[in-house]
Amino acid sequence: MEGIPLLHILILSTALFFIGIYGFFTRRNLITMLISIELILNSVNINFVAFNKYLYPQQLEGIFFNIFIIAIAAAEVSLAIAIIINLYRKFNTIDIEDTNTMKH
Amino acid sequence: MAMNLSILVLILPFLTFVGLAFFGKRLSGITAGIIGSISTGIISLIAAFIAFNYWVMSDGKSTMILFNFPWLTFNEHLAINMGLLLDSLSIMMVAVVTFVSFMVHLYSIEYLKGEERYGSYFAYLSLFTFSMLGLVLSVNIFQIYVFWELVGVSSFLLIGFYYQRPSAVAAAKKAFIVTRFADLGFLVGILILSFEAKTLDIPMLIERLSSPDTLTSGNIKMHMVGGLSVISIAMFLIFIGGAGKSAMFPLHIWLPDAMEGPTPVSALIHAATMVVAGVYLVARLFPVYFVLTPEVLHIISWVGIISALLAALIACTQTDIKRVLAYSTISQIGYMMFSLGITAYSHGETLGYTASLFHLFTHAFFKALLFLAAGVIIHAVHSNEVAQMGGLRKSLPTTHIAFLLATLAISGIPPLSGFFSKEAILTATHHANPVIFWLAVIGSSLTTFYMFRLYYLIFWNKPAEHHRHHEHALFSIPLIILTLGTLLNGFIPFGQFISVGLEKVQISFELGMAAVPVGGSLLAILLATLWYAKSTSYPDKFVSLLKNFYRWTYRKFYFDELYQFVTHKIIFNLIGRPIAWFDRNIVDGTMNAMAWGSMYFSQAIKRIQSGNVQSYTMYFLGGVIILLSILLYAYGYNLIN
Repeated sequence: MEGIPLLHILILSTALFFIGIYGFFTRRNLITMLISIELILNSVNINFVAFNKYLYPQQLEGIFFNIFIIAIAAAEVSLAIAIIINLYRKFNTIDIEDTNTMKH
Repeated sequence: MAMNLSILVLILPFLTFVGLAFFGKRLSGITAGIIGSISTGIISLIAAFIAFNYWVMSDGKSTMILFNFPWLTFNEHLAINMGLLLDSLSIMMVAVVTFVSFMVHLYSIEYLKGEERYGSYFAYLSLFTFSMLGLVLSVNIFQIYVFWELVGVSSFLLIGFYYQRPSAVAAAKKAFIVTRFADLGFLVGILILSFEAKTLDIPMLIERLSSPDTLTSGNIKMHMVGGLSVISIAMFLIFIGGAGKSAMFPLHIWLPDAMEGPTPVSALIHAATMVVAGVYLVARLFPVYFVLTPEVLHIISWVGIISALLAALIACTQTDIKRVLAYSTISQIGYMMFSLGITAYSHGETLGYTASLFHLFTHAFFKALLFLAAGVIIHAVHSNEVAQMGGLRKSLPTTHIAFLLATLAISGIPPLSGFFSKEAILTATHHANPVIFWLAVIGSSLTTFYMFRLYYLIFWNKPAEHHRHHEHALFSIPLIILTLGTLLNGFIPFGQFISVGLEKVQISFELGMAAVPVGGSLLAILLATLWYAKSTSYPDKFVSLLKNFYRWTYRKFYFDELYQFVTHKIIFNLIGRPIAWFDRNIVDGTMNAMAWGSMYFSQAIKRIQSGNVQSYTMYFLGGVIILLSILLYAYGYNLIN
């Protein structure tokens, strides 16, 4: 474990973050967009764990936040899936372009 | 106490108005007319009872203020009160107004029968009676103003009663605008007066402004503007209001057109009651005019005599029966006005005041009689033009006698009532100002001439018709009652009842004095008989002799055209149009520009809210990046160190 420098881990998490952002912006499928958000959250998780491990190994705040984020992500996914299912029932599609009547 | 009944005089017509205004349409037939007549009949009885109590049961000199309460308080010195002021002047006016109004109500039951807005008509009549009575009973000059405007509104409603007729609508508008314009002067006058005298209460105003020590004690400071005291200006402005309502020159133009209303309305409003409101106003404030501002009385006397002569001249040429009577009204009110005015020339003698109100009293009867008789004639002939009439003496006998007696009365032939009041005016004038006296005598002869011209053109001039027109009982009864009034009113010792101070005035007649105007009138009757009793060519010859003057007179000296020119060409073009342009382009333009601006702006930013979640996140990301770069730019230095 000592062999992996912090920088590599940060590069990984940054890459993961922007892959998520890119996916969120370009995909039209709501499920795929949800997956992209999960990618963003996971990149943040990696950051928390890495910094905790490398900078303050005696403390556990980073780990706590990690667990928080996982719990919130789970709640968020269940909400988002519920919304998507309702949208599907209403519009018969989960394409984001076709649901813009929701603005009204 | 009997005087407390006076509140009913106001309440009953008001309730009748409200009731008829709301439920008048549901009443069938002549019910509305009967309700209105009963209500007016009751108040005329009450008025008679009050007058009896005031003059017979008591000394007839006290001034009573009843039901007085502050309605609007400005500060501890100035409050507007509402209440009833009962003194000889107001009781006399209430008696006249209720009586004439009752006669007109009775007459209207039949005259307006079958009219679609029968209920509204009687509602308006009640409103008018209410506001006129409120006006004469006002305790406060501002209260007078309130009722003054109510009188204006009800006269507007009644003149425009036949609202499908464009001429009636135009006449109603004209009457309202002209009197309203004059009322502006009245209002400004009231405001100045309230500032100078620190009160609006009529008795207190008179006490403060006309007691002998007003001028010397210095309680009232006389502000001077351009050589005139401010109070003079205020009193003159108040007179302008009165001149507008009383159709005095040069504000007389509305009255002849007001004849578009139903004929009983002309009898009530434009002959007997409303138009004398101006005379009443000057009479009400007479002590102030007399003591403090005699110069305004000079103006009043000249305005009065000019109106009297001008209207008499115009009346000689008109061919519409109601128009002739309208001009004769202006002329007679001119007599009342200058009679009030000439007291300023008469070295402290106030006979003119009593004479003026005496003439007001007798004129109300015979002028209402003339108009109601004219109504019967119009009803029978279905035209206002005298050319359509002629030879009616056999077919309308009651009307004929009534009209003849009223004509004799207005001509000042003894022993009818008009003789006594006109003689009183002429006597007072003779003592005061000989110029006005001789002008008034000429006016009186002219009056006789045009009234007899009218009389002959209606009832003679053509072979008598034997076809008998039906004269309904409800037409005849008011005519007969008013004829009796015309015959007998002159014998009332009016000077015992109404005078300025507490001492009574003896109206005396000098034989030499009476000879001149009566002789002039008899000559005028002779002339009219020669010219008009049979259809002759004399009038046409005379007209061709004075061609231009006749045309000027026939066109009413072009006053309507002059007003038309001033309002349309000058006021509309020079003031109205620029203001309209400013309003349309600058005021509206600013508002429109703001509206257009926000519309275009909102349309431009509307696209941003596309409903597309991904574009929202793009904006969000862009915002985050911008914020982040700003933060880095501002605090990045600190972060590095």
